[in-house]
Amino acid sequence: MTKKKADVGIGRSRRLGIITDRALWARRADSLRRLAKRSNKNLGLVAHSRMGVVGLLILGAFLFIALAAPLVLDFNPRDFNIGDMFLPPSSEHWLGTDDVGRDVFAELMYGSRVSLLVGIAASGISVLIGGLIGVLAGFYSGAVGEGLMRFTDIFLVIPQLPFMLLIAALAGPSLFNIIVVIGVLSWPGTARIVRAQVLTVRERTFIERARAIGAGDRHIISKHILPNVIPLMFANTILIIAVAILTESTMAFLGLGDPLVISWGSMLHYAFVSLAMSNGAWWYFVPPGVCIAVVVLGFTFLGYAMDEILNPKLRKR
Amino acid sequence: MNLRRYVFQRIVTAFVIFLVILTLNFIIFRTIPGDPIKTMFQDPRMTPQDIQQLREAFGLEKPLLTQYFIYMYNSLTGELGISFTYRDSVWDIVSDRLVNTLILVGGASLLALLLGVSTGIVAAWRRNSLTDFSLLGTSLFFYSVPTFWLGMLSLFALAGLVPSSGMYTPGVDYEGPLDKFFDLMRHLIVPMMVLTLVLFGQYVMLMRSSLIDVLQEDYITTGKAKGLSNRDLLRRHAVPNAMLPMVTVTAINLGLVVGGAIQTETVFSWPGVGLLMYEGLIARDYPILQGSFLVVTLVALVANVLADITYAFLDPRVKVG
Repeated sequence: MTKKKADVGIGRSRRLGIITDRALWARRADSLRRLAKRSNKNLGLVAHSRMGVVGLLILGAFLFIALAAPLVLDFNPRDFNIGDMFLPPSSEHWLGTDDVGRDVFAELMYGSRVSLLVGIAASGISVLIGGLIGVLAGFYSGAVGEGLMRFTDIFLVIPQLPFMLLIAALAGPSLFNIIVVIGVLSWPGTARIVRAQVLTVRERTFIERARAIGAGDRHIISKHILPNVIPLMFANTILIIAVAILTESTMAFLGLGDPLVISWGSMLHYAFVSLAMSNGAWWYFVPPGVCIAVVVLGFTFLGYAMDEILNPKLRKR
Repeated sequence: MNLRRYVFQRIVTAFVIFLVILTLNFIIFRTIPGDPIKTMFQDPRMTPQDIQQLREAFGLEKPLLTQYFIYMYNSLTGELGISFTYRDSVWDIVSDRLVNTLILVGGASLLALLLGVSTGIVAAWRRNSLTDFSLLGTSLFFYSVPTFWLGMLSLFALAGLVPSSGMYTPGVDYEGPLDKFFDLMRHLIVPMMVLTLVLFGQYVMLMRSSLIDVLQEDYITTGKAKGLSNRDLLRRHAVPNAMLPMVTVTAINLGLVVGGAIQTETVFSWPGVGLLMYEGLIARDYPILQGSFLVVTLVALVANVLADITYAFLDPRVKVG
């Protein structure tokens, strides 16, 4: 093995106990291939699960609408046209007009941006906090872990919506505040799930082995614990997006929406306070609710499908 | 550990948690910017001297630690401050409204639990059949629909058929208590139905997955081998065990129920704590918001303790651990 030969394979270099550059790359390519194979299998499972496909299609459609809205429509939320209030659907206004004469269809398309943004951003915050607390509580099971879990229990027992309303009312209604309030208050569930998973991973032999060869806590957490927890957190994130979208629309409906942006929830708020129901203006209050329900259903479908794929225990049944 | 000690321990823990939540509440209101006096009396004619005088009258000039102890003492003795809009004791207002919320929430929870559990049993027993998928689909739909929107839809659909707001018809002289009761029922039915449907979806999904878990257990196979009929197998062995997690979940769900109650009460103007919170939100009546939040949290805590104790009664394994 003194001269570098082109045909040094993995098997031979491994036998010789020498890892050449080339062999190293071959090994990396090999593991990449294996990973690709595995994720292919996972994609296959997603395709097999009809729920997952439906969820993906729904979300793809709404993501497209959200991104395309400003390109297709020229819409200004402050363009009031009181003379045109509560016009029924027509070729000019596909879904009629609202209480101040704005086009409901355009509002609906713009509203998708807020719902998706709030949902994704808030669940991102929530999973970061929940994941961090869960990993720490599971890994350091002594006083630190115990303390963190008691802390989580307290947040778990507080009725969430009233707490969010209280803080959002104090902080003032803005898109940023709503994202932060939802994100910062919906992590306890994630923390518990992650902790449970960390507790089982921690007891596996490869952790013991890593410790035996002198790996530190930080190394074990980032290289061994996290890779085993992240798939679970991913499915959890998707389910939390659904809850966050529902929460945002509820807060907006109760009058805590950002007054400067239109969301499906704030549309329903204005429909409610302008008495659209007794005015018979179904085109104003039916579509936003349908959109919320469909998007939430889409994320829930996808989340459950992911859960089934990433959680082998469920697949067996 | 014996049962009495377990119960005692649960109550103490719940009390400590309540103290922590009270403290959290104290901190939140003091870290958020803005002068409470200016928010309370939104009057531009107030001179700095007036503000200073009011600050002293409300004890805001005292050291923070003294304020904290006064606040804790007052909160624990039911002194929750004065409402900005009603100019009346928050405790009196909230406790008046609490009964109305309990009527709505209690009725809906019970109904949803009954319907949800029985539907969940059917879905789990006929797992992966068309029946299962349609039941699961229905419950997922009710899980995904915003509660307040379901309320708005039923307001629209049932307009004119049933009264759409309040608890009693205003200005009616009842001929007797039975007459009054029927009026209450007519007002209650739609809001209760909406809240029931929303909770129903979750209970179906929970009961279904819980029962599927139980049906995998070895003792179910043993029961089958013994030649038990499906009916006996379900009724005597599977369902009672599958119900255990439902007890805990029902209590944890209480937070969700309260959230649902805020929405339903707002849509149907049902005069409970939820509507009070909405009114407090619109008027930025912070004492009302804070007081309702504390009372609602206390109710949730009590329900949690009760669920834990019930669980310990039902599942003897808890006592050992």
